[in-house]
Amino acid sequence: MPAVSKGDGMRGLAVFISDIRNCKSKEAEIKRINKELANIRSKFKGDKALDGYSKKKYVCKLLFIFLLGHDIDFGHMEAVNLLSSNKYTEKQIGYLFISVLVNSNSELIRLINNAIKNDLSSRNPTFMCLALHCIANVGSREMAEAFASEIPRILVAGDTMDSVKQSAALCLLRLYKTSPDLVLMGEWTSRVVHLLNDQHMGVVTAAISLITCLSQKNPDEFKTCVSLAVSRLSRIVSSASTDLQDYTYYFVPAPWLSCKLLRLLQCYPPPEDGAVKGRLVECLETILNKAQEPPKSKKVQHSNAKNAILFEAISLIIHYDSEPNLLVRACNQLGQFLQHRETNLRYLALESMCTLASSEFSHEAVKTHIETVINALKTERDVSVRQRAADLLYAMCDRSNAKQIVAEMLSYLETADYSIREEMVLKVAILAEKYAVDYSWYVDTILNLIRIAGDYVSEEVWYRVIQIVINRDDVQGYAAKTVFEALQAPACHENMVKVGGYILGEFGNLIAGDPRSSPLVQFNLLHSKFHLCSVPTRALLLSAYIKFINLFPETKATIQEVLRCDSQIRNSDVELQQRAVEYLKLSSIASTDVLATVLEEMPPFPERESSILAKLKKKKGPGAVSVTELEDSKREGGELNGGGDRGPDTSAMSASNAVSRHSVTSNLSYVFQSTPSPSADLLGIRSSAPAGTAPASAGNLLVDVFSEAGPAAPSAAVNDDGFLSSAPPSEDPAPPLSEADELLNKFVCKNNGVLFENQLLQIGIKSEYRQNLGRMYLFYGNKTSVQFASFTTSVSCPGELQSHILSLNVQTKQVEPLVEGGAQIQQVLNIECLTDFSDAPLLNIKFRYGGALQNLTLKLPVTINKFFQPTEMSSHDFFQRWKQLSQPQQEAQKIFKANHSMDTEVLKAKLLGLGTALLDNVDPNPENYVCAGVIQTKGQQVGCLLRLEPNAQAQMYRLTLRCSKDSVSRRLCELLAEQF
Amino acid sequence: MQFMLLFSRQGKLRLQKWYVPLSDKERKKISRDLVQTILARKPKMCSFLEWRDLKIVYKRYASLYFCCAVEDQDNELITLEIIHRYVELLDKYFGSVCELDIIFNFEKAYFILDEFLLGGEAQETSKKNVLKAIEQADLLIGCIFFTYLLEKSCKLFIHYKTAADLLSVKQM
Repeated sequence: MPAVSKGDGMRGLAVFISDIRNCKSKEAEIKRINKELANIRSKFKGDKALDGYSKKKYVCKLLFIFLLGHDIDFGHMEAVNLLSSNKYTEKQIGYLFISVLVNSNSELIRLINNAIKNDLSSRNPTFMCLALHCIANVGSREMAEAFASEIPRILVAGDTMDSVKQSAALCLLRLYKTSPDLVLMGEWTSRVVHLLNDQHMGVVTAAISLITCLSQKNPDEFKTCVSLAVSRLSRIVSSASTDLQDYTYYFVPAPWLSCKLLRLLQCYPPPEDGAVKGRLVECLETILNKAQEPPKSKKVQHSNAKNAILFEAISLIIHYDSEPNLLVRACNQLGQFLQHRETNLRYLALESMCTLASSEFSHEAVKTHIETVINALKTERDVSVRQRAADLLYAMCDRSNAKQIVAEMLSYLETADYSIREEMVLKVAILAEKYAVDYSWYVDTILNLIRIAGDYVSEEVWYRVIQIVINRDDVQGYAAKTVFEALQAPACHENMVKVGGYILGEFGNLIAGDPRSSPLVQFNLLHSKFHLCSVPTRALLLSAYIKFINLFPETKATIQEVLRCDSQIRNSDVELQQRAVEYLKLSSIASTDVLATVLEEMPPFPERESSILAKLKKKKGPGAVSVTELEDSKREGGELNGGGDRGPDTSAMSASNAVSRHSVTSNLSYVFQSTPSPSADLLGIRSSAPAGTAPASAGNLLVDVFSEAGPAAPSAAVNDDGFLSSAPPSEDPAPPLSEADELLNKFVCKNNGVLFENQLLQIGIKSEYRQNLGRMYLFYGNKTSVQFASFTTSVSCPGELQSHILSLNVQTKQVEPLVEGGAQIQQVLNIECLTDFSDAPLLNIKFRYGGALQNLTLKLPVTINKFFQPTEMSSHDFFQRWKQLSQPQQEAQKIFKANHSMDTEVLKAKLLGLGTALLDNVDPNPENYVCAGVIQTKGQQVGCLLRLEPNAQAQMYRLTLRCSKDSVSRRLCELLAEQF
Repeated sequence: MQFMLLFSRQGKLRLQKWYVPLSDKERKKISRDLVQTILARKPKMCSFLEWRDLKIVYKRYASLYFCCAVEDQDNELITLEIIHRYVELLDKYFGSVCELDIIFNFEKAYFILDEFLLGGEAQETSKKNVLKAIEQADLLIGCIFFTYLLEKSCKLFIHYKTAADLLSVKQM
């Protein structure tokens, strides 16, 4: 076609543009522009009225200048004048200027809106389209206010031209995106949905974008679109390549529309109607089949369009995650693409396979491609493709292939691009920990990681290896030996020195028997690195030295000598100086016993979720981490190690630990340390920021230490794991009552009531919970007429005690020891949920009734569901999350016989009492109940979804729970199975 | 789609279309960063990249780069073909389009884009229908042969001056 269109060419504009292009320098260009601006200004201000053509030309010049990147502060009025011109091109330029240089002047906006209004009502389709384009391009709130109610009418009116309908649909979409509150579909909904049936393919293409967006927000109102979309799709898929005329693109029928239909279907669960579903599955199969047919054209456009549909179909198959056959076929198809010569296809196949890897049906099929993916990691020339390969390896990793994958990732790290190293390091660290069968492999991996990519190993990674070494005594000796060897390298990374310092300080004794790693050799090795390290590392090393003095008395003299030298004891850094002074003093005045107590081996860290996962999530957007994991870490609120932003995580970790368990150690050091500084301190010398307990209790600990010997304090320490409560010389608490569990179950769905009653005593309970905190009032009533003497109560958290994990922190005030006959006393319990737990805390009550000791242990009705926060969500969100929690261990299911009434209201009351939000209109079957909530613990949030399917005929229930943490799913399932 | 940018091998922006509200400053920063990122990539690399939280789809046609930013759930391959269809539309309209056509007739390039994509979504994918809409508009004012000739000669002059720029649109 010749350049027919130049009819309205503006000569002045062309000259100006070529002038600008001929400018030799930036200065010359600016000079030319200023000259032009002055000219235009004078024309606009001049007395002579400009004709439409000149106005258009000048406005167009201004536009050009603006698009070159210069500021334009005038000409808006002239552009607005052009809007009311009868000449199409003048109007067009006016609208273009308005769309590009949006102005917030209210008078101007009024004029613009007026012009738009006129054009919309002009019934001239080209003018109407121009006006709609302008609204869509600007999309401001003011325009939404003015036109949001008018456009739906234009969209569905019978006499509207097709081209106007297309513009109206997308214009409405834009307004909906910017001001959803102003776009109310209401009565138009079903007519908009039926645009999917329109004769004109262009109208369907435009309308489907609008419908998809609206469906995402209001899935229920638009759900009739599913069957329409399926039949439209089926017609396109089965049509011959010539049927759709100009909508066929390189022999592919309507590729854009097909992709959008498939995307729309991803807003919904699989169709319930068998016929619709069958038709859809047929479409998906046809699409998969077509991928195997020989191409109809060699052009890349043909294969791109065809594969665009294929990838979208695979996304839908993954979204449904219910057709194992299709999932495996999809995986095989992607497998073929992994070795395709087109880089784009390899990239997309790797990306898409990442999501397939998280489906239980296709995980194994994905794993068969491991060699290809490893090869891609090694040989792809494009870093973004290698990145995808690394993501996929991460997603397909499980216990069976972890060693291979971690080894490959490590070897890739040696040459990896700088841009992805940090992320790779995190991934290796996570996989190594997650799939570690033997922890020596884990230690090796992390030390290798530090060796290969030390600069990219973040604090979280080396904190984590230390946590794990401390918590697992089977690996401590190995860790000490390995780190000792690693430190012998002539140049080793500072992170290695940190790990080395910490581990040898704790466990150097385990390898001290070997003369090659005798205490003095260890010390000299560490100290040889000292001068090359930064202040925080040196501080850590000083703490390691004082630990050495305790571990190996024979090094005392040498170390004291080091501490005493001026570069330590007079160091200009106040932190180092203080440590040197205090450690020197401590080592010279304290007796070996005191030293041994103060410098005792660190207690195990509370078991926490890996903070590395949160870090990875923070670093990378979606897609990098497998979706489920991403969700997990999202729910855990990025606070896995007790506060994402807290800098020196370890000081908080060790402090919390020390506070709750080794009170003595931390108390002494609490006395020592007066100037807490933010440098990392792994040795828990500083308890300035205790994370586990409130600051107040850190203060109390001072009292606890001294009261250890006294008889008065013991039961005040109920929140402890028994470190202090071993002191009181009293009878052991009785084992829990046989009916304790039954009593507990009564309170799962309610917070108040009578917990226990016998002839002597009645215990009532009232409780309230907010987030991870709870307060419980216990009322002890003496039913007799005789006084109870020596009435004491204590609370302990069983089960977890053995594993040293404190999941609940329960604080009580002691009650009066005397309860008069007929009287009632009250006790308040403050409860803090630190992590999820299964066993309820035990309440032990002892008193003397007529001289006989009564000893009674009950389970306190504190169950994990008490810390639920209800979460309202739409059906779409619900199913999306449901799907994301698809790992088998995240789900717990139980089918059981009804023990109580199956009445709807009773069930609803129970489910609400559970603490979750009861979601209406989510489950397609109205008989079923679905609930959603988030369990708030101190360290993390656990998202929980629940589905209860009653079968009134069989008097049975099926209960399914999916939670981001598997232990929670199991526990909730156990608890709830007793309730219905 | 969030935005579309056209820029030359020298990094000069030739067309920018924004479908999300962003301040002028943000737009400039995004264009600068993105142009730099893409120009640094080698020819055989893949056409997609992750950039901030967006997916970038780009393709080079002769001296011009066409680059779209789409959201996470959008389909990369179909976006690539959106670019191609736009190039086809320009080609058909201008008759073997080159970078200069887009420089001198930038407003036309915007008009064609508006007929094809609106609010970041495909409005009309039929080549015939898009061009029909544009030509109808052209016919409304009639063809003034004189100005056309003037412009063409001007274009030829520049053509001669910056011959290096001129490669007709054949895909790389």
